[in-house]
Amino acid sequence: MLYREAGQFKATYAADQQIFPIRQDRIVMIALVVFMFAVVPAVADQYWLSAVLIPVLIFALATIGLNILTGYAGQLSLGTAAFMAVGAFAAYNLDLRVPGIPLPVVLALAGVFAAGVGAVFGLPSLRIKGFYLAVATLAAQFFIVWALVKFSWFSNDSSSGVITAQKMHLFGKVLDTPAQKYLITLAVVVLLALAAKNLMRSSTGRAFMAVRDMDVAAAVIGIPLMRTKLLAFAISSFYCGVAGALYAYAYLGTVEPEGFTLDLSFRILFMVIIGGMGSILGSFLGAAFIVLVPIGLNVSTQWLNGVLQSMLHWSLPGSLTSNLELMVFGGLIIFFLAVEPHGLARLWQIGKEKLRLWPFPH
Amino acid sequence: MSFFFEVLVAGLLSGVMYALVALGFVLIFKASGVFNFAQGAMVFFAAATFAGLQQEHHLSVWLALPLALVAMVVLGLVIERVVLRPLVNQPQITLFMATIGLAFFIEGMSQMFWGSTPRGLSIGIEDQPFQWVSDRLNINISQFDVFAAFVSGILVVLLALFFQRTRIGRALRAVADDHQAALSVGIPLQYIWAIVWAVAGFVALVAGMLWGARNGVGFSLTFTALKALPVLILGGFESIPGAIVGGLIIGASEKVAEVYLGPHVGGGIEGWFAYVIALAFLLVRPEGLFGEKHIDRV
Repeated sequence: MLYREAGQFKATYAADQQIFPIRQDRIVMIALVVFMFAVVPAVADQYWLSAVLIPVLIFALATIGLNILTGYAGQLSLGTAAFMAVGAFAAYNLDLRVPGIPLPVVLALAGVFAAGVGAVFGLPSLRIKGFYLAVATLAAQFFIVWALVKFSWFSNDSSSGVITAQKMHLFGKVLDTPAQKYLITLAVVVLLALAAKNLMRSSTGRAFMAVRDMDVAAAVIGIPLMRTKLLAFAISSFYCGVAGALYAYAYLGTVEPEGFTLDLSFRILFMVIIGGMGSILGSFLGAAFIVLVPIGLNVSTQWLNGVLQSMLHWSLPGSLTSNLELMVFGGLIIFFLAVEPHGLARLWQIGKEKLRLWPFPH
Repeated sequence: MSFFFEVLVAGLLSGVMYALVALGFVLIFKASGVFNFAQGAMVFFAAATFAGLQQEHHLSVWLALPLALVAMVVLGLVIERVVLRPLVNQPQITLFMATIGLAFFIEGMSQMFWGSTPRGLSIGIEDQPFQWVSDRLNINISQFDVFAAFVSGILVVLLALFFQRTRIGRALRAVADDHQAALSVGIPLQYIWAIVWAVAGFVALVAGMLWGARNGVGFSLTFTALKALPVLILGGFESIPGAIVGGLIIGASEKVAEVYLGPHVGGGIEGWFAYVIALAFLLVRPEGLFGEKHIDRV
């Protein structure tokens, strides 16, 4: 009864085209952002901040990046982790070699470097499509990681390419508590998510979707395929690059090229699919889901072990639980695809539709 | 020069091993349009089951082999029933994602059944060079590689006969050509898919035994899928001869590059070189060497 747009008339085009046209949505969204910025850092403990919230936000950013490429522009990519690696190592080298460079510039330039690399590896997309392209992006995945390990300049001659991210400075202040790291991550993610949402509503985004739905038809109506596809790769890699830089600076602190494996690329692809292709909100939901499921599984197997221990004096062997985790994870993905192939974003939409009618049946 | 030939032959023979894994992909893609990422996991599961039956339960080869085959066929049937059937009519990318989930599941399952410690596997062929070839031509050719190539050759001939000469094979080709048309002339689609997955399981078992005998049976067997992908895109997703030719090209050029180019850039190029070759081919022929040409219409 609370969630109803009756009586909200739009008098201008601007009002009609805003991101959240329903007033209740706007109120909830603003409340959520205020809550995330003001309340969460004050009440959440260190575990929640650095093991749950920061990774969720960073993965959400990378997922938005892949979603722009795969969900909006329809180009399947398996090289996400490699573009994140480019961002992480670009940020490290910028910080190392350009003295006194401010943090926002580092993050932006890390994204720009990743965008450049992404555009280069997007070149095959002009000729090949579908799964052929997906496999071709694997070349980026393996080549970039190999190059980062092999050429020790990238990691300032450290052994096996491990880098330790420098401390983050902003306006002369060192950001090193989890709460500060969380806040800077949140600020970057909110800003870029808003930018992505608006970009996808613009003519660029519409061109992406036209290419996704049928690239020949898009070319016929005058969308330059080459520019659009390369732009999609560049923007997507920009987001992945910034996410990679945050991954190194705000989340892990120490990263190595081999940390950016194909597995990570797959994880982000899962986030896109589970969250919903072609949805910015879905990117957040998918990232949260994929980060939280292993934690939830871990907690529940520990709980199960505790129960078994106390009742039967017997517990599951460690190898069993880790394999069980793999199986449950794989099973969940199949289950999800079978039940709701359009992802959590679609479920959210259905829920909203239901809520509009509630408590009446029609 | 004889060194070059030695490298080339070794490359060609290892390419056959890649082709063996790629075959499993092609079979499934041809018949159901599913890009089965779980093929690597199936190879691992097959090899682990075979080795586990042999070593943990002390069965003879002739008992372990049919049992492993039964396990693979059952796995194929279950996959068709549990994974594919609910996902009928979904876009290809959804099915692809489902097979990645499937890969996780099978990996977890095989490690749960057979443990995660790698084991050795012997199929009675030593990885030794042929003595008389080394003596006469001064080229070392591994007996094992030749045996593997021989097995793959037989497998390809069998599959070709199965596809071309049997009733089921004809139905398979019809389904591959056009699902709707096949359905409308009364070919049971799901029955055909179940058969294809079972056959892919059989191919996975053969690949798993050969790869396992070569590198040991462990989790690393799942990475054979990554070796097969460049072969696939080079040969074309829909072509069995493409898988073989692609495997030979990738295997040979990879080995040659590793020996002659590798030292100049610091080594370790085998992880990505195959992909670069495949990419270079794709830029000339976007559907692979033998893939079906798709004509886009608005």
